[in-house]
Amino acid sequence: MVWRSLFLISLFSLASCGDGNWNNPYPKADQIANTFYASFDKRPKHLDPAQSYSSNEYEFIANIYMPPLQYHYLKRPYTLIPFSAAQMPTVRYLDNAGKVLASGVDAEQIAFSEYTITIRKGIQYQPHPAFAKNKIGKPLYHDLTSEQLEDIYTLADFPETASREMTAEDYVYQIKRLAHPKLHSPILGIMSDYIVGLPELAKTLAAAYKKEVKTVELENDFYLDLRQFKLEGVKTVDRYTYTIKINGKYPQLAYWMTLPFFAPMPFEAEQFYAQAGLVDKNITLDWYPVGTGPYMLSVNNPNLKMVMERNPNYMDEYYPSEGDPEDAENGLLVDAGKPLPFIDKIVFSLEREGIPYWNKFLQGYYDSSGISSDSFDQAVSITTQGEPTLTDAMSEKGISLLTAIKASTYYTGFNMLDPVIGGLSERARKLRRAIAIAVDYEEYISIFLNGRGLEAQGPLPPGMYGSREGEAGINPYVYNWVNGRAKRKPLAVAQQLLVEAGYPNGIDKKTGEKLILNLDTAATGPDAKAQLDWWRKQYAKLNIELNIRSTDYNRFQDKMHNGSAQIFEWGWNADYPDPENFMFLLYGPNGKVGKGGVNSSNYDNPEFNKLFEKMKNMDNGERRLALIDKMVNIAQQDSPWLWGLHPKAFSLHHNWYTNIKSNVMANNTLKYKRLKPIQRAEKRTAWNKPVTWPLYFMFGVFVLLLLPGVMSYRRKEHSKGYSQ
Amino acid sequence: MLAYIIRRLLYAIPILIGVNLITFALFFVVNTPDNIARLQLGVKNVTPEAIQKWKANHGYDKPLLYNKNKSGGEALTETIFYTKSVRLFVFDFGLSDEGRDISHDISQRMWPSLAIAIPSLMVGLLVNISLSMLLAFFRGTYIDVSGVITGVVLISISALFYIIGGQYIMSKLWHLVPISGYSEGIAGFKFLILPVIIAVVGGIGSGTRWYRTIFLEEINKDYVRTARAKGLSELKVLFRHILKNAMIPILTGVVVIIPLLFMGSLLTESFFGIPGLGSYTIDAIHAQDFAIVRAMVFLGSVLYIIGLILTDISYTLVDPRIRLA
Repeated sequence: MVWRSLFLISLFSLASCGDGNWNNPYPKADQIANTFYASFDKRPKHLDPAQSYSSNEYEFIANIYMPPLQYHYLKRPYTLIPFSAAQMPTVRYLDNAGKVLASGVDAEQIAFSEYTITIRKGIQYQPHPAFAKNKIGKPLYHDLTSEQLEDIYTLADFPETASREMTAEDYVYQIKRLAHPKLHSPILGIMSDYIVGLPELAKTLAAAYKKEVKTVELENDFYLDLRQFKLEGVKTVDRYTYTIKINGKYPQLAYWMTLPFFAPMPFEAEQFYAQAGLVDKNITLDWYPVGTGPYMLSVNNPNLKMVMERNPNYMDEYYPSEGDPEDAENGLLVDAGKPLPFIDKIVFSLEREGIPYWNKFLQGYYDSSGISSDSFDQAVSITTQGEPTLTDAMSEKGISLLTAIKASTYYTGFNMLDPVIGGLSERARKLRRAIAIAVDYEEYISIFLNGRGLEAQGPLPPGMYGSREGEAGINPYVYNWVNGRAKRKPLAVAQQLLVEAGYPNGIDKKTGEKLILNLDTAATGPDAKAQLDWWRKQYAKLNIELNIRSTDYNRFQDKMHNGSAQIFEWGWNADYPDPENFMFLLYGPNGKVGKGGVNSSNYDNPEFNKLFEKMKNMDNGERRLALIDKMVNIAQQDSPWLWGLHPKAFSLHHNWYTNIKSNVMANNTLKYKRLKPIQRAEKRTAWNKPVTWPLYFMFGVFVLLLLPGVMSYRRKEHSKGYSQ
Repeated sequence: MLAYIIRRLLYAIPILIGVNLITFALFFVVNTPDNIARLQLGVKNVTPEAIQKWKANHGYDKPLLYNKNKSGGEALTETIFYTKSVRLFVFDFGLSDEGRDISHDISQRMWPSLAIAIPSLMVGLLVNISLSMLLAFFRGTYIDVSGVITGVVLISISALFYIIGGQYIMSKLWHLVPISGYSEGIAGFKFLILPVIIAVVGGIGSGTRWYRTIFLEEINKDYVRTARAKGLSELKVLFRHILKNAMIPILTGVVVIIPLLFMGSLLTESFFGIPGLGSYTIDAIHAQDFAIVRAMVFLGSVLYIIGLILTDISYTLVDPRIRLA
C-alpha cells in the first residue's frame, strides 16, 4: 500500500515534469505561442463547401474557403463588401429576348438577372499535395499506387505540396458541384429555382454518374470531371471574371455569395481525392478542405481536436479602418489598416461536457466561452433594471461579457391544416390570438433562458431590414404600448377573445366539453418536465387543457411532414440578413405538408402570398418597407405562430483576447481577432499553481491508518498459538 | 480442445445473426430510412427528391426485410437487412452513413480506449487484490469491518459522482492534472492519470468485496490449515498458497472482459474528451448512423464471444482438472 501512494506521487511528479502548471492541457512549448484556444462540442459532419450547411461546420470552413463576398466586420446594419472579388458584382437585368433592361425596372418585367463577378488577381491556394507536380508537369499524387499509400495516414504525410493561382474557372467548377449527384448539396433545390440550367445539369450529371459507377468500389475511385459539362447560367468570361445568370430578379443571391457554397474549388482537389486508396483512409475533400482563405486545416481529428494554421499564401487583406461610431471608443479601430490575420494558429478541442469546458475557461485554457444555464449564475447577475452584468468573480479575472441578439427566431407554431386550431376563419384567429396573449414568453425567457432572449413581436428579429422598433414594432394583438415599453395585454382580453371564438371559459359551446389541445414535442424525460409543466400552466390560464404528446425526434419529424402535429415548437436561423429569409417561412407554397417546404405551420394566406411574391425580389426602400409592414400585420392578425422569442447570445472573453465585436452574420471573423499570449501565460501560471499539500496529507493519513494494522500483524505473528 | 473451439465458433454464427437482427429491428423501429436521410442532409432546404436520391445512393431505398417485388432468394437479398449485414461476417464494416471508412475509424479509436482501459484494469486488479488480501488477513477485526462498510459505500456511489468529484477536486481545486483532454505518446500521460484513478477508485468497492469473498473461501480450506500447521508465517500462507489458488476465479473473471476493453467506456470517454470507441458509439447513436451502430454492436458481440471462449480456455490452463472436449 505504501508503494501505491508513492506511485501516485510519482505520477503527479511525472505529469508536472517540465511544466509550470500541472493541469495545463497544452504543450509547454506553446505557452506563449500566438495560438487561440477554443472548443467544439459536436464534430462537424461535412467540410465540403458544397455540402456543409451548419454553423458548427462554418466555424471552420468559413475561415478556409473564400467566397466572392463577405460582411463588413464592424459596420451595422450588416454590409456586404468584396472578399475574393475585386469589387462588388455588377448586375444587369434582361428580358426574355435577352435585351438589357434599365436598372430601376419592375421585378415582373425581369426575365433574367446576370451577375458579373471579377476576382482579385494573384490569390494562391494553400499548399496542398493535390497541386504537387513532377518535373514534366504531371500531378505527383493523382494516381497513387498501393506502395505510395502505405505510409500515408493523413494529408500531412505527403512530402510534396504546391499551390496555384485561384481563377474564375474554380468558382464555376464549384457551382457545378452543387449539382453533383454524389454530394447531395442542401441548396441544390433552392438554387435550381434560380440558376439557369442547374436542374438540367443535375440530370445530366446523374445520368453520367449512373452510367460509370455501378458499385461502391467504383464510386470511391471515380472522378466526374465537371469541366466537361456545360452549365448554361454560369460562364467564365476570362481568367478572373465569371457570370451567373439567374431566373428573374433575386437580390438575395449577393448574400448567398458570402457562403462557402460559392467558394472556389480547384478541379485538381476533386481529382486528387477521387482515389479509393485515400477514401479507405478517410482522406477526402469532405475531411480535408483546399482553400484560399486566411487559415488552412492542419490537423483534422474531430474526435479530439482540429487545428487551423495561418495560410502562408493568404492574400493581402487589412483590418477595417471604419466602423460604427462607438467602435473607435471601444478600441476596435486600433488595428485599422494592419494586415490580417493576427492569430497564427487556432486549436479547437472537443469538449462534450459543460463542466470541463467551463472550468478550463476559468483556468485560462480557453480564451472565450459561452455560458450554459448551469454556470449562468456564477458568471452573470441581472441588475435591478434587468440588464445583465458580470459577477464580481468574473470581473476580478478581467473577463468581459458580450451580448448580441441572434438573427434567429424560436416560435411555437400552430398547424394551420388542423380543424380546431388551424385555418383562417375568425373563430380560429381569435382562439390563436387568445392563446398568444395567455402564453407569457417574458416569463419563459426569465425562467428557462436566464433572461437570454427578447420576446418576438413578429417574424423578423431586431436589426433585420423591415423590423420596426418602439411602439410601431409591437404586435398590437398581444401587446399594449405602456410607459414607453411593450406590455402584454391583460388575460381578460384573451378570455373575451375565447368567448368570441366560441370557447367561453375554455368550454366548446357546440359540444359543451372542455377544449383540449395537443402540444407535439420531441422533448422527453425529466429535463423537459419543467418546461412542459409550464406550457400546461399557460393554457390552463384560459381553462384549456393542453395534452403533451411527447415523442422521439424522428416521430416528431414524421408528424410535421404528414401534418398530424397540432401545436409545436420550431426555430429558424437566418442565412442572410434579408426579411425574405424569414417571410418565406410563412409563404403558402413553401408548406411542409405535401411540399416538404420550410413553412412548418402550413400557413397559406393568399394576400400574404401575393405580397411576399412582390416583396421578395424588391430592392430595399420605402415601397419594400411598406409591403413588409403589411405582411407583418397580416401575420400578426392571423397568428399562425406564437411569435416566441429571439435568443440573445452571451459570451465571455478573457482580457488578453481583443478586437471582439459580435457579428451574427459573418462566420469568418477569426482573422480580425488578436491575442496577448504573454499576458495569458502569466495569468495561467497565477491561476493554476498546483496545490500539493493534500497529497502529503493523504499519505500521512494513510500511514497513520496502517500503523495499527502493522502493529496488530506483528502481535499476531509473535503471539503463541495457545493461552497459558 | 481445437474441436471445442471450432464448435464454439460455429455456435457463434447464429448468435451473431440474431444480434444483428435485433439491432436492425430496434434501430428501424425508431428510425425510418427517411429520418436517416433527413439527419444526414440537414433540416434546411432539403427537398423530398434529395431525400430519395440520398437513400438510393446509400442503399436505403430497398425494403427492410422482405422485398415483395423480387422472387426467390432475391426477395431476401434485395433488402436493407441483407445488403447491410452480409459483409459484417467477413469484418468488412464498409462506410458510415457520413461516408467515412468504419474499419479505419475503429483502428484509430481503439488505442485511446485501450490507453485508459489497460492501466485501469491492471492498477485496479493490484489495488483490489491488495486491499482484499488485507481484509482477509485481518478478517473479523475492525479493519475488516470498516473495509467492508467502506466497500458498500463506494459501490453505492454513482460513477458520474466519481468523475465530476474527481475533476472538481483534482483539477479545479488542486490543479494537479488537466481536467480533460488527450494526447498521443508520452505527452498523453498526464491526461490518463485522473481517468485511471477514478476508474480504480470507482471499482474498489465491488472489486475488493468480491476478491475478499474468494480469499475467505480459500482461507478456511484444509491445505491452508496444513500450511499453517507446518509453521509457515501468515504472510507466506497468504501469498504462496491462498493467492495462487484464489487466482483461478480472479483470472477467469478478468479474461472474459479483456476483449471488451477495446470497446471503451461511454461515460469516461465523454467526460474526459477521450477519442475512443465508447464515444464513437455514442456519437453514432446520436447521429443515427446505422452503419456504425451496427458495426459496433457486431464487434461487441464478437469480442464477447471471444471473451467467453478465452475464459473456457483459461480454466484449462489454471486448473489441470478441467479438460475441454
